[in-house]
Amino acid sequence: MPKRTDLETILIIGSGPIVIGQACEFDYSGTQACKALREEGYRVVLVNSNPATIMTDPDFADVTYIEPLVPEILEKIIAREKPQALLPTLGGQTGLNLSLKLAELGILEKYGVELIGAKKEAIERGEDREKFRQIMLQIGLDIPESYTVHTMDAAREAAEKIGQYPLIIRPSYTLGGTGGGIAYNKEEFEDIVAFGLDASPVTEVLVEECLLGWKEYEMEVMRDHKDQCVVICSIENLDPMGVHTGDSITIAPAMTLSDKEYQLMRDASFAVIRAIGVETGGSNIQFATDPETGRMIVIEMNPRVSRSSALASKATGFPIAKIAAKLAVGYSLDELRNDITRETPASFEPTIDYVVTKIPRFTFEKFSGADKTLTSSMKSVGEAMAIGRTFKESLQKALRSLEIGARGLGGGGKFGDRDLSDDGAIRAGLAHPTSERLFYVRYAFINGMSLDEIFRYTKIDPWFLHQIREIVELENTLVETGFSKLTPELLREAKEAGFTDKQLGELLGTKIRNIKKMREDNGINTVYRLVDTCAAEFEAFTPYFYSSYGLENEITSSDKKKIMILGGGPNRIGQGIEFDYCCVHASFALREQGYETVMVNSNPETVSTDYDTSDRLYFEPLTLEDVLEIYKQEKCDGVIVQFGGQTPLNLATELQNNGVNIIGTSPEMIDAAEDRKLFKDILHRVGLQQPINAIAHTPEQAYELAGEIGFPILLRPSFVLGGRGMFIVYDMEEMKRVVRGAFDAAPGKPVLLDKFLEDAIELDVDAISDGETTVVGGMLEHIEFAGVHSGDAAMVLPPHTLDRGILDTVREATYALAKELEVIGLMNVQYAIKDGELYVLEVNPRASRTVPFVSKAIGVPLAKLASRIMAGEKLADMGFTKEIVPHYWAVKEAVFPFARFPGAPITLSPEMRSTGEVMGLDYDLGTAMAKAQMAAQPALPLEGNVFLSVKKGDKDRAVNIARELVRLGYNLFSTAGTARVLEENNVPVSRLFKLSEGARPNVLDMLKNDQIDLIINTPSGQTPRADENIIRSEAVMRRVCIMTTITGAEAALEGIKALRNSPVEVRAIQEYSREL
Amino acid sequence: MGTSRSGILALEDGSVFRGKAFGAAKTVVGEAVFNTSMTGYQEILTDPSYYAQIVTMTASQIGNYGITADDEESDGPKVSAFVIRDLSPVSSNWRSQMSLPEYLEKHGIPGLSGIDTRALTKRLRVDGAMKACLSTEDLSDEEAVKRAKEWPGLIGVDYVKDVTCKASYHFDPEGKISKPFSIPGTTLNKHTRPEKVFKVAAFDFGAKRSIFKRLHNHGFDVHVVPATATAEEVKALKPDALFLSNGPGDPAAVTYAHKTVSELMPHYPTFGICLGHQIITHALGAKTIKLKFGHRGGNQPVKNIETGNVAITAQNHGFASTREEIEKCGGVVTELNLNDETVAGLRHKELPIFSVQYHPEAAPGPNDADPLFTQFYDMVAQAHKASA
Repeated sequence: MPKRTDLETILIIGSGPIVIGQACEFDYSGTQACKALREEGYRVVLVNSNPATIMTDPDFADVTYIEPLVPEILEKIIAREKPQALLPTLGGQTGLNLSLKLAELGILEKYGVELIGAKKEAIERGEDREKFRQIMLQIGLDIPESYTVHTMDAAREAAEKIGQYPLIIRPSYTLGGTGGGIAYNKEEFEDIVAFGLDASPVTEVLVEECLLGWKEYEMEVMRDHKDQCVVICSIENLDPMGVHTGDSITIAPAMTLSDKEYQLMRDASFAVIRAIGVETGGSNIQFATDPETGRMIVIEMNPRVSRSSALASKATGFPIAKIAAKLAVGYSLDELRNDITRETPASFEPTIDYVVTKIPRFTFEKFSGADKTLTSSMKSVGEAMAIGRTFKESLQKALRSLEIGARGLGGGGKFGDRDLSDDGAIRAGLAHPTSERLFYVRYAFINGMSLDEIFRYTKIDPWFLHQIREIVELENTLVETGFSKLTPELLREAKEAGFTDKQLGELLGTKIRNIKKMREDNGINTVYRLVDTCAAEFEAFTPYFYSSYGLENEITSSDKKKIMILGGGPNRIGQGIEFDYCCVHASFALREQGYETVMVNSNPETVSTDYDTSDRLYFEPLTLEDVLEIYKQEKCDGVIVQFGGQTPLNLATELQNNGVNIIGTSPEMIDAAEDRKLFKDILHRVGLQQPINAIAHTPEQAYELAGEIGFPILLRPSFVLGGRGMFIVYDMEEMKRVVRGAFDAAPGKPVLLDKFLEDAIELDVDAISDGETTVVGGMLEHIEFAGVHSGDAAMVLPPHTLDRGILDTVREATYALAKELEVIGLMNVQYAIKDGELYVLEVNPRASRTVPFVSKAIGVPLAKLASRIMAGEKLADMGFTKEIVPHYWAVKEAVFPFARFPGAPITLSPEMRSTGEVMGLDYDLGTAMAKAQMAAQPALPLEGNVFLSVKKGDKDRAVNIARELVRLGYNLFSTAGTARVLEENNVPVSRLFKLSEGARPNVLDMLKNDQIDLIINTPSGQTPRADENIIRSEAVMRRVCIMTTITGAEAALEGIKALRNSPVEVRAIQEYSREL
Repeated sequence: MGTSRSGILALEDGSVFRGKAFGAAKTVVGEAVFNTSMTGYQEILTDPSYYAQIVTMTASQIGNYGITADDEESDGPKVSAFVIRDLSPVSSNWRSQMSLPEYLEKHGIPGLSGIDTRALTKRLRVDGAMKACLSTEDLSDEEAVKRAKEWPGLIGVDYVKDVTCKASYHFDPEGKISKPFSIPGTTLNKHTRPEKVFKVAAFDFGAKRSIFKRLHNHGFDVHVVPATATAEEVKALKPDALFLSNGPGDPAAVTYAHKTVSELMPHYPTFGICLGHQIITHALGAKTIKLKFGHRGGNQPVKNIETGNVAITAQNHGFASTREEIEKCGGVVTELNLNDETVAGLRHKELPIFSVQYHPEAAPGPNDADPLFTQFYDMVAQAHKASA
C-alpha cells in the first residue's frame, strides 16, 4: 500500500534539551523524520524546546515551535495547527511520554489526532513493566523473576521471595533508569528502593532477580503495517549485565552467538514487537543470556527509535528513523528503496563485513563526590563509535576517538604506560565496572595475569578477552622487537590491529616519520572502505567511508573543490550538539555553493554523521594522523576547524604545520586569543580592559600573585573548554584547597588568575566577520551575575537591563576585536559590566555554544554565512550587514544532570555542568522567562509555599522578592537568618528549624511531604554548607523548582507574574522571523 | 605471531591472495564464491550444496563460537576450502565442542585467514564467480593461478552423484535428532508434530539435514532416496508425497533426475527446495542459467507475487531461471527475488506441485519461511482427502 492520503498535517514532538540518556541522537532521528515526511508532501509541524537542534531549523518543518514540551502547550499547538496525526516514536522517551500523556488527557481525541506508528496501548505495554512481563510470558519468552512494588514493605517481601542478593531495583517511568541500582546487601537494598520510589513519578519500582555477569545483547528491529519484520542490527555488549547499555562498550554485529541462538533471538524480537503492538517503525529489544546454559531473558524493549537505533543506523548505513517515518504513513518495507544500493529494496537485513565498536564517554570529573562505578543507571554524556575490519582495529579506533588522552590500547598517552604493576590496583580496576576497566584488562595481561582470572573478575566474554590479549601480545612483541628489527609483516599486522603510527613510535622507540617511511616503502597504506549495508554484494552509491588496511582503496576521485569539516567527536559537557549544528550548517551551505564537503566525525548520535548531510562522510577518529590521511587522500582544498568545538581547534596548529590549508580565522589568531600575554597586547592595542590578571606556573606563585591581585579571584587553567578546573576563591584558605585542581585540569599548562568582578553583569556576544565587515549576531545578557559559566547561565536576547550607551560600547569593542584578530568567520566575546565599566573576559574567534540559539532568535543562519565567508564570500554579497535586534524576547535556560549524580553540589559555578539548553520565546519578557523555566522543568509554581534562604549580600533584594511573593499569595518559610531580615521588613514568614539544629519539622520534612513548591537558596560561598547541599539535592530529586542565584529568583518572579497575568500563547519561529 | 603457515588463493583471472593457513595442509581447486551470512559458518561448511566450492565469508570475525555436533547439515564439511578475514583464537559459546580449525583439520579441509575478503568479494561481484585454487602447502603464485585456470569449472558437471546418499534410508524414525533447537525457559518456537503423519519420499541431491528435520517435525515420515533412484523404486515406497532436496552444481547436468521427477510429479504432491526447485524447473521443460555470482546469504528478500508479502530468506544458489522461461513452459511463478527479480518460487498450473529457490529450513538464516512446510503438509493432506 502506498502512503496514506487521508493525512495532511503530521505533528512531530522532539526530545527537548540534551540530558543524560537522551542526547542528539533524537535530533538525528527527528531531522530524518521531518525530511522523510516532507519528501512525501505532508505538512510537518514540529515542537521542540531545544534550540541547538538541526530539526528546529526553520527549513526542516513547515511549522516549527520552540516551545516547552508540556501538555498544556502541546494542546495549544494542536488547536492551532490541527494535525491529523502525531508521530510519537521519534522524539525519545520525552516525545513518547508526552504523546502518551496527550492521549491519556483526551487531548488527541478532542482534536481528532491519530497516533501513528505506535498506539497508546502499545506504548503502555512497552513501558509498563508488569504488563510487559505478562506479555513476554504469554508468548513463550523468559523474564527474570521480579515484583512490582509501591512501598518499602512490599519491596522487602519481594526480596525475600527471590531469595538471593544481588538484586536489581528499577524505578518505573524514569529516563535511562534514573534512580535504579544493584543492591548487594539489605542496607543497600533499602537505600536504593527508597531512592527509586522517590525518583519514579508513579512511586513504583521493580525488584528483580539479578543477571549480573550474563551476556547482554540488543536487537534493532523494524516492522511495517503488513507485519513484515526485519532486523537491522544485532549488538553485543562487551560489558556484561549490570552496566546500563548506554554506559557499556558495545559491538556490532553480535560476536558470540551461533546461528541457532541468533535466529531464536531474532524470532523472539519479532514476537516481542508484534505482541507489544508497535504497528510500524523501529524498536530496540534487549536480551541477556546465561553464558553457561544459553538461557535467554528479555530485558526490555523500547517501542520507539532509540539511542541504539542511531548507533545501528550509523553502524549499518540503514536509516532507521527515515524508514520508520515512511512506514508510519503507510508504506511497506518492500515499497521503499535502500538509498545506499539504490537498486535493492528496504525490506532486507543489512549484513556488515566490518566490526563496529561504541564506547561511552563520561565526565565524572565535573561532579565531585559522585560514584564512578557503572551501574544500571546511565551516567555517560556521549559516545564515540569506530569502524574497523576487525574487532581489534575498531576497538583501538574507538578508544582514540574518545579523546580522553588514550591513544588506543597501549602505546603511550593516558592508560598507555607499561609501568602499572601494583597487583592490588589492577585487581581493583578489574573488579569494579568503571569507564577505565578496559585499560586494567590490558595492565592485567601485561602483568601476566591469566585470562581465566581476568574473566573471573570482569565476566567479560572470553572472546573479547582473547582479542584484547592478542593486542597486548602484539604490543609486547613490538616492544621486544624494536624499530631496528621490525619486519614489514609485523608492521602490517600492527596496523591491521589498529595501532597508530604514534602508538608504534612509542612502542618501537622511534620517530613517527620513520614508521611512516617504512609503511610507504612497503606499501602498507591506509585504505578506505565503504559502509554499504550489504557486505559488497551490491554496488553502493553513498560515499560513507571508514579506514582500514587492505588490498583495495574504494575512494573515488572527483574534480570538484573539496572542503573538509572537522566535527566535535563524542559529546561531553561543554561540547555537544551546538557544535554539531554548526558543522552540519557548514556542510549544507558549502554544498549549496557547489563545493564538495567532506565530514569527519566519530560521534554516532549526530546529524553530521548522517550519510546524506555531506558529500562524503568519514566515520573516523579526530586525531592528527587520521585527519591528515583523509585530507591527503581526498585532496581537500581546505579545512574548517572553527565549528567543531575544542576538538578540531586542538588539531589546528599541527594540521597547519603539516601543510593543511585551514580556512577562516588563522590558527595563530585562535591561539593568540587563548594566550594570556598575546591577548593582553591585543586588548591594549584596541584600548579595552580586562580584569587584573596574572599567570602562575606553580601553586606557590599562585599564592603570591593572589596576594597582589586581591580576592575574590577567578582561578582557571588555560586551554580547556567548559570551565574545567575553574574556581572563584574568596580567601587564601580556599585558594590553597583548590589550586591543585586547576593545575591538574591541564597538565603542564600554567594557571590563570583574574580579579573576580563580583556582581558584575555578564554579556555574551556572537559576531560574524569577513575580515572587512563585522556584524553582531546577537547579544545575550546573563541572568546570573558573572561567575557562572556561560554554558550554565540563563541568558536573555536582546539584553534586558543594559542601556543603549553601554551596548553601543560593546558593539564598538566587538568590531575592534574582530578586526584585530582578523576574524574570518565567527567570534564569541564574553564581557562583564561592573559599575558602568566594560571588561573583556574572554574572546573566542570560533563558533560558540550560543550560535544555534542566536541564529534562531534572529532568524539568520550564522554558521552557514560564516562557512561561506571562509570559502571566500563577503557579508555584503550575502546581504547580511546589519545587526538584527528582535522586538520579542529569547531566553536561554540550561538543563543539568544533577539527579544522576547524587552527592554532587548543584550550585552554579565557573565550571560548566549543564548538558543541554532550552529556549523560551515570547513578546513578554516574563513569559519568555517562564517558558524557558517550563521547558527546562520543573516549571514555576503559580501558588503555594516558598522556602527562602539567602546569603548575606542578597538579603536586600530577597526582601523585595519576598514582599512580591506574599502579595501574590504565596506562603514564605525561612530559617532564622533570612526570617529575621524578612520580619524586620514586615514581610510575614513562617520560621523553620535548620537541619543542623536537629529539631523538627524542618524544610526537608516539608519537601518530602510535597509542601514546598519553590526554593530560593543562594549559596554562602564557593563550598556550600552541608545543610544547603542536602536541601538542594532533595529538591532536585523531588523535581521542585529551585533558584540558586538572586537574579535567577528575580527572573522567576517576573515569570510567575507573567504566567498569572495572562495565558501563555504559542507562536511558530517562522511567524517570529516574518516580523523581523 | 607471523610464524604460522602461509597459504594462497589464486583466481583464474590471475589475482592472488596470500594469508595464514589453518585446517588441513592441502591444495584444492573449485569455484570461488562468497556468502554474506553473519552467523552460521558451520552450517555453510557442511551444506553439500557448497561441494566443489571455495567459500569465503564476508563477515570478518569467524570461528568465534566454535563447532557443535547438533549444527551439522551433513556428515562433515562439504566445501572444498574456506576463506576468511580473521580467525578466532577461541571458541566462546556454551554449545561449542570443538574449534573451527580443529574441525577443518580433522576433516581434511584447508582454510585461509587474514585474507582481504572484501576485496575478494568485490572481485567476484564485478567479474562473477571464478575458478580458483587454494593451497595451504608451498605453492607458487604462478602454479596456483595455473591450477585455477586448468580446473574445468562446474558448468555441465554432475556433482550430485558425489554427495547423494548411497542407499535409501528412513530418516530419524524415532524423532531423536529432529527436535528443534531450544533453550531452557523459552518456549517460543515449540511446535507440535501433527498426529496424522504422511510418508514422503525425499530425494537426496545433497540434502541439508535441517530439511529432513523440518519435514519430520511438520508431520512427515521421511524416506530418503538417492538421486539415482528410479521412478519405480520411489513408487514402490508407496509415498504420500514427493520431496526434492537442495544439492550442488549445475542443475542442467542432473538429467537422470529431470527424467525421474517428470515421471513422478504427476502422481504425487511435490515440494522442492533449491536444486530441487531447479530440477522441477527442468522437469517442466524450462531452462536454468548461471547467475553472475549467485545468491548466498541470509538476507535475501523474496516477494510472494500472489500475496504481496515479503520474506527474508536464506539462499545458496548459483543458477536460476527467469519468469518468462517458466511461464513459457506452463509453470506459475509465485515468488521473485526482490534484489534482481529472478524466480524464487513456482507452482504447477493444476497439479499440487510447488518449489522455492530459497531455504525455508534456514540453517543458517532466518526462520521466516518455515510455514512452507506447513503449506506442503496441508497440500498433501488435501490430496490425500481427495483421493480417499
